[in-house]
Amino acid sequence: MKTAIIKSIVTLFLAVAMLMPMLATASGGAHLLTAPIDINDKESLRRGAKAFGDYCYSCHAASFMRFNRIAKDLEMSEEDVREMLIHTYNKKGAPTKIGDLMEVSMTDDYAINAFGTAVPDLSLAARARGADWIYTYLRSFYVDPYRPTGFNNTVFPDVGMPHVLWSLQGLQEAKYKTVMHGDVEVEELDGFEQIQAGKLTSTEYDVFLGDLTNFMVYVAEPVQVERRSMGWKVLLFLIVLFGFAYALKKEYWKDVH
Amino acid sequence: MGNLMAWIDERFPATKMWNDHLAQYYTPKNFNFWYFFGSLALMVLVIQIISGIFLTMHYKPDGAMAFASVEYIMRDVPYGWLIRYIHSTGATAFFVVVYLHMFRGLMYGSYKKPRELIWLFGMFIYLALMAEAFMGYLLPWGQMSYWGAQVIISLFSAIPVIGDDLTLWIRGDFVIGDATLNRFFALHVIALPFVLVFLVIAHILALHEVGSNNPDGVEIKKNKGADGIPLDGIPFHPYYSVKDIVGVVVFLFFFSIVMFYFPDGGGYLLEHANFIAADPLKTPEHIAPVWYFTPFYAILRAVPDKLMGVGTMGAAIVVLFFLPWIDRCKVKSIRYRSVIFKVNLTVFCVSFVVLGWLAMQPATEILTLFSRIFTFFYFAFFAVLYVTSKNEKTKPVPDRVTS
Repeated sequence: MKTAIIKSIVTLFLAVAMLMPMLATASGGAHLLTAPIDINDKESLRRGAKAFGDYCYSCHAASFMRFNRIAKDLEMSEEDVREMLIHTYNKKGAPTKIGDLMEVSMTDDYAINAFGTAVPDLSLAARARGADWIYTYLRSFYVDPYRPTGFNNTVFPDVGMPHVLWSLQGLQEAKYKTVMHGDVEVEELDGFEQIQAGKLTSTEYDVFLGDLTNFMVYVAEPVQVERRSMGWKVLLFLIVLFGFAYALKKEYWKDVH
Repeated sequence: MGNLMAWIDERFPATKMWNDHLAQYYTPKNFNFWYFFGSLALMVLVIQIISGIFLTMHYKPDGAMAFASVEYIMRDVPYGWLIRYIHSTGATAFFVVVYLHMFRGLMYGSYKKPRELIWLFGMFIYLALMAEAFMGYLLPWGQMSYWGAQVIISLFSAIPVIGDDLTLWIRGDFVIGDATLNRFFALHVIALPFVLVFLVIAHILALHEVGSNNPDGVEIKKNKGADGIPLDGIPFHPYYSVKDIVGVVVFLFFFSIVMFYFPDGGGYLLEHANFIAADPLKTPEHIAPVWYFTPFYAILRAVPDKLMGVGTMGAAIVVLFFLPWIDRCKVKSIRYRSVIFKVNLTVFCVSFVVLGWLAMQPATEILTLFSRIFTFFYFAFFAVLYVTSKNEKTKPVPDRVTS
């Protein structure tokens, strides 16, 4: 009798505990696409580095990253990296050095005047926001005549950044549908409509963004390839060490009864 | 060699200490899986101290430079990334190991007479460890470091009369700033490690004075052979030293999996917002403490009144100190205790985990209700234990350990 009561209390308790995760509410925000990340694809990373140099790196810094680290990790010559990414001069008037950090000349004050906000450093963007966010964000600019830049973004509403990739992507408009939430009508995003073609087709643009996002994931943690490759060697060593440690323990413990 | 040892022993009790604490420290022979975590905790402490020393060689405790210096360690210092990940993964590993170690103590009644002081020293270690982890978490100077510290320090302002002055004194500024970072650095790398090491020594000395408990809760010193050695005892060295090496290797295997493949633990070990430098003007959307504090944070949030919440959270920790006197049952091990105790302990542990999960969720109405229910279960453990343990229906305890 007593155990039956205890059992039912425990069952109830466990049932409540199991149900909890189902009650968790997903946090708001747009649905994110999955970015095609392959950090071992050096070809993609080099294309991404070029895209970053051409379109991002003049407003955005990556000030924890050094140019020659990119050359080393992406297997490029320092000359190629210089040509791809270095277009600036230091205070003495000499070209920025290959061992320097990827800083920009734009000051915060200038940026606040131009865009209404300081331009964020992109060194760690992929670790702070996530690759999927960056990938989706760069795909989600749409024409909005009420914004000073003429563009708005569904992932980052009222963003200060202009759509610098518009010549590649072309122009798109956001489409909405009306959904009933209970008895309240709500406008929900229902995809985009291309209204003017860009230099790239939609598929090419996705590849371009994939490469760029891939590069940003690399920049956020340049050591990650080395980290993973060291990881399995350490694990292998520990498995071998376990064999010896276990045999030693068995040998000592055979006289304990 | 023998002469040298004799020369030293005349001047310093090297051999005596070796024998007292290792070679002639008699340990119950029936330790199981749960007894790995004490020595593992000691090893993690050493890992944290050594990796910490190397981090301080490159880290800059300066509001304007701290964040960049961590990234400098991650990118430009040779193997700096490895040292940093060892230290950040080590913090989580420390709490994993300590929680399992404490759970072992609860299961086998290791806190009971004559081991009350071991438990108290252990609780102080746990308290110091929480302070150590909290202050260490400010040092990377990311958004979550900054705002997490902001939330926790502001809790002191709930204290009547002196609250506001106290928080000002702790921060050294009206907001968290360079002064706070500097003093937290000093406390994290000097003061608290000293306290921790001192407490760990006291914890081990007290343990070696009374001897280790075991899964049967039998005092092995009650059954000694003609030579005065406990019949169920084996010398710690070499038996448990070689056994613990196996535990260390297995532990390092799991440690390495996290460190090399999931160093940010999906945003639970290194939070996403902490990859953005501290900004006093931008509050992150969702502030949650690191996982090892979350059960207590859930208890804090469960209480509507701030002062009462802080008090309840404090009580949740303080009540653990009194465990040796709350549990009045003479039988130590869960193996010979009543069903009520087993159920009570299970409910307690599940509540602790569920509370931890709840604190990481946004505080919706229904989840807040659950936080309250599980906070109730958390405290109910102690009340039920106090009432039921006095005349608990236990099974007979054997004279000797079972294997």
